Amino acid sequence: MVVVSATPRSTVRDSLSISLTVGAYGIAFGAASVAAGFSVVQSCLLSLLTFSGASQFAVVGVIGAGGTAISGVITAGLLGIRNGLYGMRVAPLLKVSGVKRILAAHVTIDESTGVALSQEPLGVDAMRRGFWLTGFGVFLFWNIFTLAGALGAQAMGDPAAWGLDAAVPAAFLGLVWPRLASTKERVLAVTAMALALGLTPFAAAGVPIISTAFLALLFASREKRR
Amino acid sequence: MSPTWWGVIGTSVVAFTFKYLGHSVPRKYLEHPRVLRVNALIPVALLSALVAVQTFTEKTKVMIDHRSAGLAVAILALALKAPFPVVVIAAALVSAGTYHFT
Repeated sequence: MVVVSATPRSTVRDSLSISLTVGAYGIAFGAASVAAGFSVVQSCLLSLLTFSGASQFAVVGVIGAGGTAISGVITAGLLGIRNGLYGMRVAPLLKVSGVKRILAAHVTIDESTGVALSQEPLGVDAMRRGFWLTGFGVFLFWNIFTLAGALGAQAMGDPAAWGLDAAVPAAFLGLVWPRLASTKERVLAVTAMALALGLTPFAAAGVPIISTAFLALLFASREKRR
Repeated sequence: MSPTWWGVIGTSVVAFTFKYLGHSVPRKYLEHPRVLRVNALIPVALLSALVAVQTFTEKTKVMIDHRSAGLAVAILALALKAPFPVVVIAAALVSAGTYHFT
């Protein structure tokens, strides 16, 4: 096999365009986080250390609505399971250990995994470069834009006056929309909404959201019988 | 320590633990068909619940207010295949407008 040392231009292009586009969502996270009552420093730390969009939105959403830290962390953790599965997909490609494995794990997210797998026709080398370029690219832009969004929201004051309180559920909707491909997912989505709203008057904040994870379990086990 | 700090630290630790486990545990332990199925459905359930709770509740009350108008516009924008930033900004603008003029 010929070892290609230069990264194919298309790999660089794919990685950079995704890094910039996805990183820009960080502005929505920074703003949502500050609107939910997190400080600018806490918002930036979440982007630096958690570095997983859905989990970050979830923890600020739950705690911001008055939920306990535990329910926020559980909700965020459940959304972080998929990164573990991505790790298993990319680990055999990267073959790294020690500090490099820690770095690789930290930047294992939807986008780095997606670009790595999409480069398969170009070979393992391109897949590996795609992973690192996209992982670090998203990390860079996501953190810059988080800071911008957090500072912006801090300057705005009342979240409702600027529509930030609606921007957050709109962001969640944008995250879930592409996953509603089949009837099964749509039924689950509507059922989860109904269950969460139905439990809201009776359960502590955060619990109605976590309880819908059991709905997901139920739907997954029903699928098996077919 | 405040709930927000616990949230920042707890979420960061849990998120990294899953990522690192994925890189270290042999595939067969986590790549079970059942785990994969549940994993595909959990984000659908949790994110949908978050949409509902963040739009239609205030503490323990279920209600309809300016945020619903924002969400309606977000649904419309997504149905028209608008990009993510457009969806979020459109929802914010309409919600803020409704908030000020009602």
